[in-house]
Amino acid sequence: MYDGGKIVPGLIIFVGLMTFPLWYNSGNAGPAPKLEKPAGKTACVKDTHFMRTSHMVLLNQWRDTVLRDGDRTEVTAAGEKYEKSLMLGCMKCHSDKKKFCDECHQYAAVKPYCWDCHFPPKENL
Amino acid sequence: MDMKRRDFLKIAGISTIAGIGAPAALQVLLKGEVPASSFASGGAEEETGHGVAAPVGRRYGFVIDTRVFAKDQGLAQKCINACHRIHNVPDFRNKKDEIKWIWETGYANAFTSKSHNLRSDEVHHRKYMVLCNHCDNPPCVRACPTKATFKRPDGIVAMDYHRCIGCRFCMAACPYGSRSFNWRDPRGKDDKTGRYFIERKHLNKDFPTRMRGVVEKCNLCVERLAKGKMPKCVEEAGNSGAMIFGDLNDPHSEIRKVLASTFTIQRKPELGTKPSIFYIV
Ligand code: SF4
Ligand code: SF4
Repeated sequence: MYDGGKIVPGLIIFVGLMTFPLWYNSGNAGPAPKLEKPAGKTACVKDTHFMRTSHMVLLNQWRDTVLRDGDRTEVTAAGEKYEKSLMLGCMKCHSDKKKFCDECHQYAAVKPYCWDCHFPPKENL
Repeated sequence: MDMKRRDFLKIAGISTIAGIGAPAALQVLLKGEVPASSFASGGAEEETGHGVAAPVGRRYGFVIDTRVFAKDQGLAQKCINACHRIHNVPDFRNKKDEIKWIWETGYANAFTSKSHNLRSDEVHHRKYMVLCNHCDNPPCVRACPTKATFKRPDGIVAMDYHRCIGCRFCMAACPYGSRSFNWRDPRGKDDKTGRYFIERKHLNKDFPTRMRGVVEKCNLCVERLAKGKMPKCVEEAGNSGAMIFGDLNDPHSEIRKVLASTFTIQRKPELGTKPSIFYIV
């Protein structure tokens, strides 16, 4: 190999630089956000772990069943009935979008476009 | 060989007709089975009726009594305002950008194929309430490449705004101009006057707005029907009899009684979209 003595160390330095953000920040994701949970409620429509990881999947399913299949059967959790709706269901309990949705979405750098059309409960617009 | 292009085409044409087209063409000619022209207005029963193949299950429709609207001048505007308010329909005050779910139009626009000479002046100058016809055979649904527009089994032609990519094929396909495109953000405000396109005090926080780049139209108040309520425009017209809403497939419904006892017309029936709105003129 020509110039092996330069290429190999060069590659090592290159890979090291490219992955710098990964290993520099590893194990240091900053403090996890503290979300404001609705007062006086003990259970959401699914368990916490599912809601944390897959609430968007559930919202998509609700959207399709409500809008396309016309199935608006309410969802029951801890003996209470909830509408299958972002505005008329979820946000009735999670009445502070900033302290619930935004906290986490900012932390995870996710920008959902739900609010381009749907109204958060306290928004003055 | 010295054959001109024209001669070649002639021979090719004749042999095609003789070979493939002739049997079918001959049969049609012999039996006189020429399909009715699609422009023959008010012709065959299938054209003027709701359709030969009656769909099963619930099938929503309207009867609009234009005589009542003509008598009560303010009523139409009341219905329009009510619909536009509960659905957060923006008012851009600009004909070009206008969004409308239900509106009034002139005779010539509403009934393009029902024009005839020497009609009553009053009928000619009256305004007619129009909205999406929730057609039985909706061309807008066929045109939509993402299935954002779809037909529900109960006849409602609905839209899933989440899926609309703003290509406006549906607008080109709808022969009734029932669809509007959001050229501007409905939540925004006028740069010059600072006026909000949806007045803040009329904002309905229980119903979403749309966003820029999306097509919208009357949704037949699916959100209200689901809760056992009447469409807003019908509720607003009250018991004036101006708008009758009901199940076309239920022989005992009020709408069927009206249809059975009164002569009604539809908009552009000759196109075969089978509109679900019937007008008493
Ligand atoms: S009136 Fe137009 S938008 Fe409504 S269903 Fe018929 S074709 Fe579609
Ligand atoms: S049925 Fe509902 S959405 Fe359609 S025009 Fe009437 S009030 Fe508006």
